[in-house]
Amino acid sequence: MSTDTTTNEAIGEINKYDFRTESKAVFKARKGLDAQIVEQISEMKNEPAWMREFRLKSLDIFNSKPMPSWGGSIDVNFQDIYYYLKPTDKQGRTWEDVPQEIKDTFDKLGIPEAEKKFLAGVKAQFESEVVYGSLKEDLVQQGVIFTDTDTAVREHPDLLREYFGTIIPPNDNKFAALNSAVWSGGSFIYVPKGVKIEFPLQAYFRINAENMGQFERTLIIVDEGASIHYVEGCTAPMYSSESLHSAVVEIICKRGSRCRYTTIQNWANNIYNLVTKRAVAYADATMEWVDGNLGSKLTMKYPAVYMLEPGARGEILSIAFASGGQHQDAGAKLVHAAPHTTGQIISKSISKNGGRASYRGLVRVEKDARKSKSNVVCDALILDSKSQSDTYPYIEILDQDVSIGHEASVSRIGEEQLFYLMSRGLSEAEASTMIVNGFIEPLVKELPMEYAVEMNRLIQLQMEGSVG
Amino acid sequence: MSHILRIENLHVSVNDKPILRGVNLVIKFGETHALMGPNGSGKSTLGLAIAGHPNYQITEGSIWLDDANLTEMEADERSRAGIFMAFQRPVAIPGVKMADFLRHAATNVRQPDRKEGQDLIPMREFRKELKSKMEQLKMDPEFARRYVNDGFSGGEMKRAEILTMAMLSPKFSILDETDSGLDADAVRLASASIAEIGRDKMGLLIITHHDKLLEHNPPQFTHVMLGGRIVETGGAELARELHDQGYDRIRKAYPDAEAANQQMLAKEEPVAV
Ligand SMILES: Nc1ncnc2c1ncn2[C@@H]1O[C@H](COP(=O)(O)OP(=O)(O)O)[C@@H](O)[C@H]1O
Ligand SMILES: [Mg+2]
Repeated sequence: MSTDTTTNEAIGEINKYDFRTESKAVFKARKGLDAQIVEQISEMKNEPAWMREFRLKSLDIFNSKPMPSWGGSIDVNFQDIYYYLKPTDKQGRTWEDVPQEIKDTFDKLGIPEAEKKFLAGVKAQFESEVVYGSLKEDLVQQGVIFTDTDTAVREHPDLLREYFGTIIPPNDNKFAALNSAVWSGGSFIYVPKGVKIEFPLQAYFRINAENMGQFERTLIIVDEGASIHYVEGCTAPMYSSESLHSAVVEIICKRGSRCRYTTIQNWANNIYNLVTKRAVAYADATMEWVDGNLGSKLTMKYPAVYMLEPGARGEILSIAFASGGQHQDAGAKLVHAAPHTTGQIISKSISKNGGRASYRGLVRVEKDARKSKSNVVCDALILDSKSQSDTYPYIEILDQDVSIGHEASVSRIGEEQLFYLMSRGLSEAEASTMIVNGFIEPLVKELPMEYAVEMNRLIQLQMEGSVG
Repeated sequence: MSHILRIENLHVSVNDKPILRGVNLVIKFGETHALMGPNGSGKSTLGLAIAGHPNYQITEGSIWLDDANLTEMEADERSRAGIFMAFQRPVAIPGVKMADFLRHAATNVRQPDRKEGQDLIPMREFRKELKSKMEQLKMDPEFARRYVNDGFSGGEMKRAEILTMAMLSPKFSILDETDSGLDADAVRLASASIAEIGRDKMGLLIITHHDKLLEHNPPQFTHVMLGGRIVETGGAELARELHDQGYDRIRKAYPDAEAANQQMLAKEEPVAV
C-alpha cells in the first residue's frame, strides 16, 4: 500500500513515542498488590489517616468485586505489576529542576515547547509522580489552584476532602476501587467563581517502566460561572509484557460554569487502559468531554455527565481508532436527572488491520426530568474485512415528556471513494488517510488548532504504521 | 508538445460480464472527439477503463499514452501521467474540503514523483490559483470550504469536476455527460474553462447526448457506440444528425451490435462498485 520510504518514515515517527528512558527510581515498591503495599504508598506520601483508611477500604472492595463480564477481555496478573514507582524526590518548578533524563523525555514529546506556545499551565507525570508543574502567574493571582493531587491532600485538605471520591466512589466499579487503593499523582484543579481561563491547562502522563501500573487521580472543581479547558496526553514505550493504566477523573461543574476535558491518548499496544471519568453539572453548567482514543491493547472508557439541575448540558465527543491487536471499547454516558437538561453524544470509530472498535453508550432520563433532550450519533468506519465494529447503545427513559434521538451508521471504506481520489492523483494510502480524516473532521474541528494538528498526525501514523 | 492516446482492441468486463467488445480509438493532443450512443452502450465503461477503475477488468487489448502502457498502471499513476475523467456521478467524500483535496491532487499531478508526506504546493500560491480559477467559473469562494461533492446539487457536482480539471491541466480529458445537469449558462462557463486550459493543449473525449457542449467545442470526430463497440465514426455533422434524429438508423444498420446492446440492458443487475 505505501512505499518503503513512507513505511520507514512512519516507523521513525512511531519511535517518537516508543523510546525508553534509563531512569533510576528513587523508590520502587515491590511487585504485587496487598495491604502492605497500599500502606507503604500512603506512608511514602505522608498521608493523613483518613486517606490511608480510604485506600485500605478500597482495596477490600477491589478484592471483593468480580472482573467486569462485558467489554473486552482483561488478562492482567495483578500480582505481576509495580503499583508505585517514585522517579524523583521533588517536583520541579522549572524544567531545569527536573532530572535530566526525565526532562529529555518530555522534550522529545514536545511538552516544554507547547507550554511556551499556548498553554496556561502544565503538569508532567512520569510513572507514579508528577515531576514538573507550572501555572501562569496571573492565574495564581486569581486564586486558581493547579497542583498534583498528592500535594492537594496536604495543602488543600478541606477543599479536596469535600469532593474526593464523591463523584466516583470506590465501589463504583472494580477499577475505580483499584485506583482508589493505589492512586498516585494526577491533577487537582480549582477554578474560583467567575474566573475564565483562556488557554488550556495540560497534563501529560508518561509510563516508562515495564510492568508498570499508572493510577493517577484527577479532581477538577469549576466554581460558579468559571470556565476551563483541560487537556491530557498519554504515551508509553512498547514492551513485550502488559502494563496497566487505570485512572479516575472526577469533575464538578457548578452553576453556570463550563468545563471542557480533552484527552488525546496514544498508548503503546501493550497497555490496558481502564479508566473511569465522570462529571456532575449543576444549573446551566456545561460539561464537554472530547475523548480521542488511539493505541492501547484494550481501552474501556465511557466518560459520563450527570446533569443534576435544570439547564445543565452534557456533550461527549468520542473518537476511537482500533488497529491490529487493539480493542477500543469506548463510549459515553449521559444521565438526565433534572428537567430541561440537554445532552449530546457523537462517537466516531475507525477499525483497521484486524482492530475492533466498539461503541458502548448509555442515555438515562430520570423520572421528572421532563423537557430534556438528548441526541446520540455514532458512526463507524471499517477499513478492511479483517476489522470489526460493534455498537451497544442503551437507552433508559423514565419520563415521557422528553426528546431522544439516536442515529447509527456503519460504513466500509468505499472502493468508489478510493477510486475517485486515486483518479485525481492521490496514492491509495493518501486516499484512505484523507477519507478517514474527513470521517473524523466533525470532531477534530472542535479542537484547538494545535490539538487538531496533533490528532490528524496521530491518525496519519495509525494509517501508515506497521504497528499491530 | 504532442501526445497521443491510443486504445487498441479493448475488451472490458465488469464482474465477468463482457461490456466492451473490441474498441479502437486514437485521440491526438489538441483534438476533440465526441462519443455518442444509446444508454447502456458502454460509453461510461470506456471512460472508467481508461481512468483505471479496478472493477473494470481489461480482458484483452491495451491503452497507451505515448509510450506508456496505461493498462499496467493504477488509477493514481494514470492521473499523474495526464489522464482525467469528469465523472457522470462523482462520489462524495464527507469531511474533506474541496480546497484540501484539490491541493493534494494538483501537487501530485504536477509532481508525479512526489512521495507521501513531501511538501504540497505552497498554500498562498495554491489559494491564489484556486481563487482565480473559481472566479472564471463564477463559483462562490465558499465552495472551496465545502466538503467534496457532499450535498452538492447536480450542477454543482459538474462544475466541481470542471474546476478539478482546470486545476489538474490534464493531457487527455474524458467528460462523461458533464453537460447534463448544467443549464445553458453553466455549459457556456464550462466551455470557457475548457477554452481557458486551451483546446489545443489537451485531447478531449466528450461523452454526451446533447449538443450544447459540442456547439461550444465542435468535435473533429464523432464516434457512435453500440453494444460495446464503436460502430461508426464521422465528423461534427454526425453528432448533429444523432442529436436531431436519434439512433434508429444506427440500430438498424448494425443489428449485431444492437442485439448485444439489448442483451447487456436485459441482464442489467446493478453491482456495487
Ligand atoms: N458497475 C457495473 N455493474 C454492473 N453492470 C455495469 C456496471 N457498469 C456498467 N455496467 C453495464 O455495462 C453496460 C454499459 O454501461 P455504461 O458504460 O454505463 O453505458 P453508458 O454510459 O453508455 O450508458 C450496461 O449494460 C451496464 O448495466
Ligand atoms: Mg454513462
